[in-house]
Amino acid sequence: MEALLASIRITVATMAICVAGYATAVWAVGQAITPETAEGSLITAPDGTVVGSRQIAQAFTQPKYFWPRPSAVDYDAAGAGGSNKSPTSPDLTARAQEIIARYGATAENPLPPELATASGAGLDPHISEHAALYQTPRVAEARGLSQVQVETLIRDHAFASGGFLATSRMVNVLELNLALDRQGS
Amino acid sequence: MLQAITFIALVVGGTALISWPAGRYMAWAMDPGTSGRGNANAFTNLFQSIGGSITRASQDWKQYMISLLAFNVVMFVLCFAILALQQYLPLNPDGKEALEGSLIFNTTASFTTNTNLQHYSGEVSLSYLSQLAALMWLQFVSAATGIAALAALARGLAGRASGNFFVDVQRASFLVLLPIALIVASLLVIGGLPMTFNGAAVATTLEGVQQTIARGPVAAFVAIKQLGTNGGGFFGPNSTHPLENTGFWTNALEMFAIIIIPMACVWMFGRIVGRIRHATVVFGVMLALLLVKITGAGYFETAPTEAFAGLPIEQNVGNLEGKEMRFGATGGPLWSVLTTSTSNGSVGAMHDSLNPLTGLMPMIGMWLNATFGGVGVGMINMFLYMIVGVFIACMMIGRTPEYLGWRVEAREVKFAMLALLAHGFFILVGTAVFAATPWGQNTLNNIGPHGFSEMLYEFTSASANNGSGFEGLGDDTTPWNIATGLVMLLGRFIPIILPLAIVGSLSAKRRSAESSGTLSVEDGTFAGMLIATILVVGALTFFPAATLGPIAEHFIYMNG
Repeated sequence: MEALLASIRITVATMAICVAGYATAVWAVGQAITPETAEGSLITAPDGTVVGSRQIAQAFTQPKYFWPRPSAVDYDAAGAGGSNKSPTSPDLTARAQEIIARYGATAENPLPPELATASGAGLDPHISEHAALYQTPRVAEARGLSQVQVETLIRDHAFASGGFLATSRMVNVLELNLALDRQGS
Repeated sequence: MLQAITFIALVVGGTALISWPAGRYMAWAMDPGTSGRGNANAFTNLFQSIGGSITRASQDWKQYMISLLAFNVVMFVLCFAILALQQYLPLNPDGKEALEGSLIFNTTASFTTNTNLQHYSGEVSLSYLSQLAALMWLQFVSAATGIAALAALARGLAGRASGNFFVDVQRASFLVLLPIALIVASLLVIGGLPMTFNGAAVATTLEGVQQTIARGPVAAFVAIKQLGTNGGGFFGPNSTHPLENTGFWTNALEMFAIIIIPMACVWMFGRIVGRIRHATVVFGVMLALLLVKITGAGYFETAPTEAFAGLPIEQNVGNLEGKEMRFGATGGPLWSVLTTSTSNGSVGAMHDSLNPLTGLMPMIGMWLNATFGGVGVGMINMFLYMIVGVFIACMMIGRTPEYLGWRVEAREVKFAMLALLAHGFFILVGTAVFAATPWGQNTLNNIGPHGFSEMLYEFTSASANNGSGFEGLGDDTTPWNIATGLVMLLGRFIPIILPLAIVGSLSAKRRSAESSGTLSVEDGTFAGMLIATILVVGALTFFPAATLGPIAEHFIYMNG
């Protein structure tokens, strides 16, 4: 009985310090130093509407936009998830064939692999610089821009994730598309 | 290749280096009597006044165990109550509704036992109060329970009384986990993780579609999830979610947080027992086995996605299904080994979508469950292997089996084998039952051997108190919830109670002085024998099951 009483007293103390105190302290650090990302890295349009989160992929299907990686949950940011298919699964072959058709990939111009694979959460906001360049002809044509203009935009937005440990450069699809829209046409 | 090796060396080697001072700190925090550095009496007095009169007494192992169980009962009841009542409680900005009964049982068992198997999806089902006051609270105190148990075990082996559980659990919560979690959580929130009490944001995308973006007090949750080898994510897909793990460096930090305390626990054990050289040998054995698994996972995951063979898709980078671009090529497989070697269970890539033999590495990690292992309990599991190993070796060379001067006899070895074999029993019998019945068959997401792997993985994860999964498995059903809930509880408390009983039994005997005739526990021979014991007892038990799952899948489907 005494053991239960001690347990309850320690429960109250840990609840107060390790839950309420700790969570409040971390919240305060976020609000003080990085309030914008602490609220979810939301991007707001000039008119005040939220257009998305910089960290979260959103669906793009129109030819004038760069397309993100496929999503097993259709970019549902309130119920994220992966395909959880084995890499040997015929379901992945079938899904890849649809994607290949959409991009018009051929043996001479094969698709970058991340454009055919769903990420763990289905919300991966990035593709490699290589996969963005792969989409340049379609985007340039749809917008009436020259390929060089689009390529320049991609290279301006590419960054090396992991600095000196990075093996390739990548771009944030939503930010790249916002930059395209700002450029017009 | 060079970047991959550098990155692994940085994460594993860097954490190993930091674990030395961290272990020294933990020995001071958990056992202020021995280290002679600083003065923790002020804290001890504070913790005694928080806990009340029972905390002032020194406990034998049985009293310690009863106190541990009593505290865990309170943990279970309170978590169950909060989850069951979440729809009536505050801090629920998105109006999350009632949960189903067997799911509440499973989730409560899961977080009480430090497992964090998740048959729910956090952002879909749970209020912020459930996440913080029920689950995050248990992420602190269940981890603290493990660290306390190790401290008691080490004291017993040092020939002293067990200590007092109620003081130990507060030392582990307030002095070990809380300060490290504050540092890691602050770095994570600066690294871009959300930490907000506002409900989900609603965005209108560039193409004019509504997108609801779940968020919440993520950074605080993720830090203790990683540090306490808990592993339960704030979001369903855990640390693959961009808001739970925003970039390359948060990924590195989260991996550091997975292994730092399990590594430091070995040094803490060595210091309390007073045998640092012995701890070094144990640390080396754990590290060697860990590196073997990392090498295996890294290698097997370089094979491209097999389902794309013959399609016009570039095959020059490894398998990217279920992986994030921002973590680089090594992030996924390295994480999968770290998280399963340590009983953490968070994921940085979807394990269900790993190549077949890559997916075997996490399973091996959980079958052994002692290559650093869970906070506190990993070292306790290694103690079981050492008892068995010492006994076998001494029988072979005709000496009296002794461990640290304590005579190991039939009773202790029976207890140790019982604890080790219970692990295999739960996994293999559970998998067999579910594979033979609709309970398992109707819940699979993949066909053939991979479907078998999903069930095998689920029971492995439950029994090892890991919590990761081949998440395609439709595991939110009453049979899965009840079965894995029970396995988690048994898989948690049997390997805590029996080792403490062993130490209780050992320390009732007279301790003999170690002589030249004693089997050394501080040299390479001991290390080799320990590895052999771990492989024979731990791995061979599961080899037949592995051949039906990942190994069969590899040979049937992988052409490379």
